[in-house]
Amino acid sequence: MNSLILSTAARLVMPLILVLAVFVFYRGHNEPGGGFIGGLLAATAFALLEMAQGVETARRALRFRPQSIAAVGLGCTLIGGLWGALAYGYFLKGVWPLITKHADGSKSGLPFGSIFLFDFGVFLVVLGGVCCILFALEDVVQSDSEAGGD
Amino acid sequence: MLLFWPVVIPFFTAVLTLLAWRSPEIQRGLSLMGAFALLASALAIFSHTLNYGPVAAQAGGWDAPFGITMVADALSATMVLLVGVVATAVILFSFSDVTREEEHFGYHPLTHALLAGLGGAFLTGDIFNMYVWFEVMLIASFGLLVIGGQPNQIAGAIKYVGLNLIATVAFIAGVGLLYGTAGTVNMSDLHNVLNGREGDSVVTASAAFLLFAFASKAALFPLFFWLPASYHTPSFSTSAMFSALVTKVGVYALFRVFSLVYDIEGSILEPILLWGAVLTMAFGVFGALSQSSVRRVLGYTIIGSIGMMILGFAVGSRLAVAAGVFYLFQDVLVKAALFLSAGATARLTGSELFARSGGVWRSRPFFAVVLLIPALSLAGVPPLSGFWPKLMLVQATLEQGSWFLAFATLATGFFMLFAVARVWSAVIWSAHPDGDRAITRTLDGPTWAPLVSLTLLVIFIGLNAGNFVDLTLTIADQIIDPTAYLTAVLGEPK
Repeated sequence: MNSLILSTAARLVMPLILVLAVFVFYRGHNEPGGGFIGGLLAATAFALLEMAQGVETARRALRFRPQSIAAVGLGCTLIGGLWGALAYGYFLKGVWPLITKHADGSKSGLPFGSIFLFDFGVFLVVLGGVCCILFALEDVVQSDSEAGGD
Repeated sequence: MLLFWPVVIPFFTAVLTLLAWRSPEIQRGLSLMGAFALLASALAIFSHTLNYGPVAAQAGGWDAPFGITMVADALSATMVLLVGVVATAVILFSFSDVTREEEHFGYHPLTHALLAGLGGAFLTGDIFNMYVWFEVMLIASFGLLVIGGQPNQIAGAIKYVGLNLIATVAFIAGVGLLYGTAGTVNMSDLHNVLNGREGDSVVTASAAFLLFAFASKAALFPLFFWLPASYHTPSFSTSAMFSALVTKVGVYALFRVFSLVYDIEGSILEPILLWGAVLTMAFGVFGALSQSSVRRVLGYTIIGSIGMMILGFAVGSRLAVAAGVFYLFQDVLVKAALFLSAGATARLTGSELFARSGGVWRSRPFFAVVLLIPALSLAGVPPLSGFWPKLMLVQATLEQGSWFLAFATLATGFFMLFAVARVWSAVIWSAHPDGDRAITRTLDGPTWAPLVSLTLLVIFIGLNAGNFVDLTLTIADQIIDPTAYLTAVLGEPK
């Protein structure tokens, strides 16, 4: 598709969507949101770029092969699960190395730990998986139209 | 943690093989190492369960019934062990069976995702979690079915996915009804909550939904048509994996859910299961007789065997359940061996159609013998592994005085022998249409090793039948009286 309006708008909107994706992902820690929705949002950013400027531009913008992104994400979720197993003996148990508990029961520190890593893995799996499907579909459509089909 | 390895190892292998996509050699090495690691973890679980009885592990440290529980009793542990054995054999065989293109499109990651789904489905003690593992398997098996991109693969995959999607919707509907009425999805907790509520219409409705779901996964009559339509289209390695393990998940789920969650004795579902099993046996063997290509015949024999397993479970006495479980275990190995040897035969003769193959006996007699052993075991010839569960089943049905069921079992065995003999005479015995010199290809090490080891296992089980009968009787006791399972999950009853 060669639309000046769409490609200009895509350049403006794409960073906004990506920032929103990261925000939704981070917010999902304790509120509605999370890795799955964040990953979907991030994938829509690349879908928009693909619509506006073609699949090659979208591939370059993603930098890595979508399958590899999904693989790294799956690896992150597994490490997030095994971390809890190593620390407490329960697979998928939450580990919070940066949070300190005080004597009165309150907590302080940064909420980064195994659950965050797990959710980040989900983010990458969804982003990689959706982009993989989208790009593959676009490839098929392109090769069909080049072959003189409809 | 031990119980999570059969899920973690295949997923981890899938990650590594995805990252190593550039090099098929590295992918193969990682894939085989992953399969061996899976086998090792399965052996550890198996020996632990045999020595100490059922064990449970709680994900995230949340106690049952609030968290997701993984449980291994003797039935689950043996199924996971069989997953490890078949995974190793099939992945080794795939080195000379699966094309470079299929490997490039992700044969190894998808296979390991399928293995993770199988491991999870066999070990989970939570019915919603079981649904999730079914979905993992469905996605991975859809990928494996279409990976070659042939038109007949797409046609088979559409039937496969079509019925399987309906089945998973029924599954989730049944689980939803259960959760609505019982307020829990932990199968052990459900056992206690539903105790005394067998007649409730909600409970019966959810049981009917789940029966539909598992019956279509297991290819029970009349929900079997997708199996012969799709199992002969992918690579032989994938066919072997599907026929040995994926249909068995439906059987396992029936055994597990309809003994632990529901009490089907005396309910409306009992005759449905019983006559469904008998009709499945009949359609399986007659379907096998009507086909003229190797994998289509084998596909129908899967259906016949599934009928036998379900019949054992539906008859319900200790011996009959043990017979069903024994049949389930040995059929995994027999089907894997048969589908892999079908692949090797097709590579030798150039085709798997009866009309286009033949002459194996004259040019490759040793290979013909290796193929003959699992084939005879499928037909139930003593002393091979397929004979003993049939004997137990006949004995169990006669004990109950149901001559008809004993006759149906024997007749199925007879027609199974007939179907195997047809394959044998067409592919092995008769002359090749292109003459005796047509077979020039040879089989390499990665083809021989899994075939010979699976065949030796089939002989080993047949000759050591006593030990395996004891094991399956223990499992039948655990199925009929799940107290040990419940204690492992929920702790000592208060």
